[in-house]
Amino acid sequence: MENDELITMRDITKTFPGVIALDHAQLTLRKGEIHALMGENGAGKSTIIKCLTGVYNRDSGEVHMEGVEGNINCHSTEDAQKIGIATVYQEVNLCPNLTVAENLFIGREPRTKAGFIDWKQMNRNAKKVMDGLEISIDVTQTLENYSIAIQQMVAIARAVDRDCRALILDEPTSSLDDKEVEKLFRVMRQLRDKGVGIIFVTHFLEQVYEVCDRITVMRNGAFVGEYTVAELPRVKLVAAMLGKDFDDLAAIKNETMASADGEVLLVCDGMSHKGTIKPFNFKIRKGEVVGITGLLGSGRSEMVRCIYGADKSQSGKETMKGEELKIKAPIDSIRKGMGYLPDDRKADGCIGDLSVRENIILALQARQGMFHTIPRAKQNEIADEFIRELSIKTPSRETALKQLSGGNQQKVIIARWLATHPDLLILDEPTRGIDIGTKTEIQKMILKLAGEGMSVIFISSEIDEMLRTCSRMCVMRDGEKVGEIDHELTQENVMKAIAGGGN
Amino acid sequence: MKNLKKVTKQQLFLPIFCLFLVLLVNLLKDPSFFGISINNGVLYGRIIDVLNRGSEIAILAVGQTLVVAVSAGTDISVGSVMSLAACGTCMVLAGFGVNTTSTIQVPLIIGILFGVALGGLCGAFNGALVAKLKIQPMVATLILYTAARAIGLLFCNNQITYIRYEPYKYLGNFLPGCPIPTPIFVTIAVIIVVMLFLKKTALGTYIQSVGINSRAAKIAGLNSDMICFMCYLICGICAGMAGMVASSRIYCADSNNIGLNYELDAILAVALGGNSLGGGRFNMAGSIIGAYTIQAITTTLLAMGVSTDQAPVVKAIIVILIVVVQSPVFKSWLGKRQAKRLALSKEAA
Repeated sequence: MENDELITMRDITKTFPGVIALDHAQLTLRKGEIHALMGENGAGKSTIIKCLTGVYNRDSGEVHMEGVEGNINCHSTEDAQKIGIATVYQEVNLCPNLTVAENLFIGREPRTKAGFIDWKQMNRNAKKVMDGLEISIDVTQTLENYSIAIQQMVAIARAVDRDCRALILDEPTSSLDDKEVEKLFRVMRQLRDKGVGIIFVTHFLEQVYEVCDRITVMRNGAFVGEYTVAELPRVKLVAAMLGKDFDDLAAIKNETMASADGEVLLVCDGMSHKGTIKPFNFKIRKGEVVGITGLLGSGRSEMVRCIYGADKSQSGKETMKGEELKIKAPIDSIRKGMGYLPDDRKADGCIGDLSVRENIILALQARQGMFHTIPRAKQNEIADEFIRELSIKTPSRETALKQLSGGNQQKVIIARWLATHPDLLILDEPTRGIDIGTKTEIQKMILKLAGEGMSVIFISSEIDEMLRTCSRMCVMRDGEKVGEIDHELTQENVMKAIAGGGN
Repeated sequence: MKNLKKVTKQQLFLPIFCLFLVLLVNLLKDPSFFGISINNGVLYGRIIDVLNRGSEIAILAVGQTLVVAVSAGTDISVGSVMSLAACGTCMVLAGFGVNTTSTIQVPLIIGILFGVALGGLCGAFNGALVAKLKIQPMVATLILYTAARAIGLLFCNNQITYIRYEPYKYLGNFLPGCPIPTPIFVTIAVIIVVMLFLKKTALGTYIQSVGINSRAAKIAGLNSDMICFMCYLICGICAGMAGMVASSRIYCADSNNIGLNYELDAILAVALGGNSLGGGRFNMAGSIIGAYTIQAITTTLLAMGVSTDQAPVVKAIIVILIVVVQSPVFKSWLGKRQAKRLALSKEAA
């Protein structure tokens, strides 16, 4: 068994300023296997891969590869390629305006005796490579003529043709449809049979069970365990990823939520956004905290974006307080009393160069309109109030937001929405990447707000957080709302619902 | 020492320092640069010249600052739009096809408003392309950069239209009985109006939000497209105003020469003002100081007898120096050197 091992990574540690991204993580890849690397967002999957391929330099730890002397330390993807480690990323890193053959042989084109590119030879070789993967396409066409799946195959072919022994596929399937995924799997199996070791990163559980032999689970930058597919049923995999064992399901008593018969605040009927979320129905009452759960990429963020109007709904209707909403842009939903804390704090939330004060008053100012400036004294008052109330740690209210720590940035964005006194507050992963103390504070705050009559939609990757705060949960899977749990909210029930059928 | 550091940390420190440096060179070389005299009831002197001649660039810089802040791009059509606005005004005042006139066909104010409105229209066109159609600012404004001057020529029937009507000269020269050149007042007026608009409405915060992170701004309820559009509109109106001043100076619409290469000076002024061309936070005062720095350099060179053909070479060298001094790389290098020296002196002690 031992000499089967192709790559062994041991005790890999990597820190970024303020964050331990990898904490003594490990990974073992054997020859001729497809190895799934699983974990929730931020578990360290991509970091460990980037440490292997030379995008990042690890702080400590050892990497060994069969046939290569000593502790490997790649400094660039070029280095990695030289020893036979190839990577294909989610986005295809090829040139769409070149032909398939050119893409395959770019930088190493076959030459004629006179030193010119031997086009005939190149096209012939390209054809051979693609045929080897049982994909018959015209290699003289430009790449943009082909589907993403084929482009991905070309990327794989390019990697494989350069004598690769380990192939890393970082979420290659997220933009493919079922048929294309099937094609990709066929190629993967072929390569496996040729003895290539494949690391496969994905969020789709089904695919893991369809194509993989072995699974490594990571959580919070640490290695959780390595399992063969047969010994790890679906529910156990979810449990391992989320860090909850079924055995220690010590019952966390969720507080009884009031207002199960309160007045209905918002009703969504058949809303959808093409390509991200299938039509769904949703209802929330005044003072209710509703959780939306599901694995990452299951459509939980997409659903609330659709409700809020960050992505415009393309079907169905939305009714708030009995009035039908016509939301063209977020400002419309803000005016109707919604607030939305996006999950991607950096890209969608923070306006980094603006001060804490400006960030806090921004949504309120937007709702009031450009010509009704909030007087500076009032701005200061609002900012100070929230800095105190949410205990935001900042040198002053005029400090640029980007200088604050992640948790405090998050609090500022929350303050931005609280300042508008919304009826419905949507919180998408408000506790991600912040310390445990702040997490508790935010959970307490949610319950307090609900007690005051605010309705809250709460999304979190941590189930116990939701168990503690939510009175009802919607379950999402593959872009679809598949059910609701409104009684017996237990870890086990929720995980079963997330994992869905099969196993 | 601590106070000095506080001063040098200010964003405006470097732009002012650069302007000061240019003036210092003059003081050493030829103190008469600062001499101001009164001839024929109006003020004369190099300093007055700088303030007067720098008006167009300063007005353009005001608009350009907003465009840079909101879209991390530049409006390169402003020079051509100046020319178009001037031609439009002269056409309306003289009547189409008239080469030279001493009487005007419509009230002066209508003519000027028409020119400014033309500038606004061009700004709106640019804004629509950038904000709505998401065309890169450089490409979008390239259209009017090429076309506006030609349209202006069409307006003037391929001629230089002269308005030999005394009040038309007021805007670019002197008001009767006033010793200070009118362009200085125009510039101050434009600056005050735009500054008030930014301060009294939330537009300033909006522009910076959109410039820093337009996705987040949109989610926070701002209409990013509209805000971007407005910046281009304001920039166009500023170009129209600058065109009026430039045309009034020579009381004609010289389509081929009005505002020639001014777009580059305007962009440079923004950069010299310590504003990042990557958008986001902006400092209007910096841009305006930058505009006058450019004019001060030009005037200095002329005063020193550098011929107008060679002046751009010297100007380029000075600009390179200023830009390098302000660059973050240079600053961090300076900081490191200082730290090293400090460490060395500590070691010695």
